[in-house]
Amino acid sequence: MSVLAYGYAVWAPIVWIIALVVIGVMVLIWRSRGQKSYKKGTAQTDIFLSGVKVPPEEQRHVKADNIYWGFFEALKGLYRAMMKPHTGIVNDYLLWFVAILAITILILVLAS
Amino acid sequence: MDSLITHSPALIVALPLVAAFAIPLISRAGPRVRNTFSLVIFGLITFLVAILAMDVHSVGIHVYTFGATAAELALPGGYTVPVRIMFEVDGMSIFMGLIITIVTLAALIYSLHFLKGQTGQARFYSLMMLLYAGMMGLAFTGDMFNLFVFLEIASIAGAGLAAYRTNMADAVEGGFKYIVISAVSALLVLFAIGILYAQYNVLSIAALGYYMQYTTLDMMALGLLGGAFLMKLAAVPLHMWAPDIYTVAPAGITPMIYTSSAAAMYALYRVTFTLYGSAIDTTTIGWVVIILGVLSMFVGVMMAVHQTDIKRMMAYHAISQEGYMLLGVGVGLAVLADPGALASYGRDAISGGIFHIINNALYKGMLFLTAEAIFFRIGTRDLNRMGGLGHRMKWTAGFFIIGALAISGIPPFNGFASKLLIYESVLRFNPILSVIAMFVSLVTLASFTKVFYSAFTGPEMPAYKEVKEVPKSMIIGMAILAACIIFFGIFPGLVVNTIVAPATDALINQASYINAVMGAVP
Repeated sequence: MSVLAYGYAVWAPIVWIIALVVIGVMVLIWRSRGQKSYKKGTAQTDIFLSGVKVPPEEQRHVKADNIYWGFFEALKGLYRAMMKPHTGIVNDYLLWFVAILAITILILVLAS
Repeated sequence: MDSLITHSPALIVALPLVAAFAIPLISRAGPRVRNTFSLVIFGLITFLVAILAMDVHSVGIHVYTFGATAAELALPGGYTVPVRIMFEVDGMSIFMGLIITIVTLAALIYSLHFLKGQTGQARFYSLMMLLYAGMMGLAFTGDMFNLFVFLEIASIAGAGLAAYRTNMADAVEGGFKYIVISAVSALLVLFAIGILYAQYNVLSIAALGYYMQYTTLDMMALGLLGGAFLMKLAAVPLHMWAPDIYTVAPAGITPMIYTSSAAAMYALYRVTFTLYGSAIDTTTIGWVVIILGVLSMFVGVMMAVHQTDIKRMMAYHAISQEGYMLLGVGVGLAVLADPGALASYGRDAISGGIFHIINNALYKGMLFLTAEAIFFRIGTRDLNRMGGLGHRMKWTAGFFIIGALAISGIPPFNGFASKLLIYESVLRFNPILSVIAMFVSLVTLASFTKVFYSAFTGPEMPAYKEVKEVPKSMIIGMAILAACIIFFGIFPGLVVNTIVAPATDALINQASYINAVMGAVP
């Protein structure tokens, strides 16, 4: 019931879950043998930003606009091309529809 | 009980239709009565779908002829072609029926509290029932004209629901766009049906499949039908309308409109495999479907990762995930005429594509509900204005994690099982396609990491210190889908053997669909 078997591969989620649980238990045991002198809420846990004053909590959250900035900057040419057809105008959507219909019918007729 | 099973296909479509027109009257007795009535009716429909599914699984194709002396009598005495309106429920039809029913049940329960205090609720529930009836009719119908009729019912109800929040200008605009693209698509479907009827004098899908000659006119009809369904299912480059509509539709309705796109995908497969089947050059058409699938996967995910509106981002992911379904089924279609390749990996590719339809309906439906739960509480969809919501909305955050891991194909969730089937089978067809599919999964995970980080982690924002978790009915709606995701993830073998494999076989085996109505194929 659980195992998904087909011609060339097998996927057994329950075995995977058991393995995950065993690894989780091992990690917890390992963690319990770690540094005991850690004290929550003391200077040990304060943020250090090379001496720069740390901004308040709510200002430290990185906004969605800034996440993966480098990825988008590197691919800005691709994004410019991909965004161009997304005009939000329904007439443009229908023009694409007509073009794809014509291409599809042409392929079907030429391929026969 | 036998009589109930016999008439269940008709009842499954008739009950929501009747309920849709009864709800405005029943609403006069108060919202509690209306909500109870909607739940009871839908509970009954769910029961009927369940017994029909068991019947189709154990007995096989279920034919229901309206007005015949016996419901299963497809051909009246002396006739060689079916003339009555007919439902034909095979493994693929009931598979779609199950998806539509699970998503609608979750959406209905979720909407009970979400709509509290809003006006026009009677119209909302009426349109919801109509949308359900339209989608189920589309999945069950055995003739082309009623396929058009049910497509229209689903489109009109969907447009009304997309524009439900008339106080939001973009919702009205979204509804308008949806009805324009749906009406144009439906008219082309009608035109194609006219072409087929003019040649063969029949409307039954089985009879058309039986007589199909694949003339130049048939090619044009296939092009029109294919184009119209690709538009409705929002395959790239015909996808631009989907983010505009999914973003503005109210909670509960976005998963349903998305499921109606999956129903359009069903119609595309039904036309390609069953109506045209062996008559067409499946290799060429398979490659067309594969190219559209790869484009949808890649463009969808790359657009998604760039978004900062949470629902718009999920809409692009919905397009991207449809690409996987097209890729899997496209590969199966491309090798349909090659029995060796079909048995070796083609059937698995189709199974993967079909399995992904139900998996995606579940986790994408739930992700849309979590996005709308956030909007319900903080009144914005802008990720830049979110943060730290996990402190206050623990259930929503938990459901989001489940959905995000599932859509990214992380084991042991359901998305992994179907994606694995697609990767492995497509690898044997063309390794480059499989690599693209894996890359898309990677970007999907990156995209949902961005959302999780932006919305749920970080310190509590001063503006959201008073935010509470969403009400119970909304949690139950999300929990139904989360439970299905976990169950499908842990028991993929059961799901594939029980509902996916019969759906795959129903698509591949054109003769069995035709035989159920026309008798033995010569």
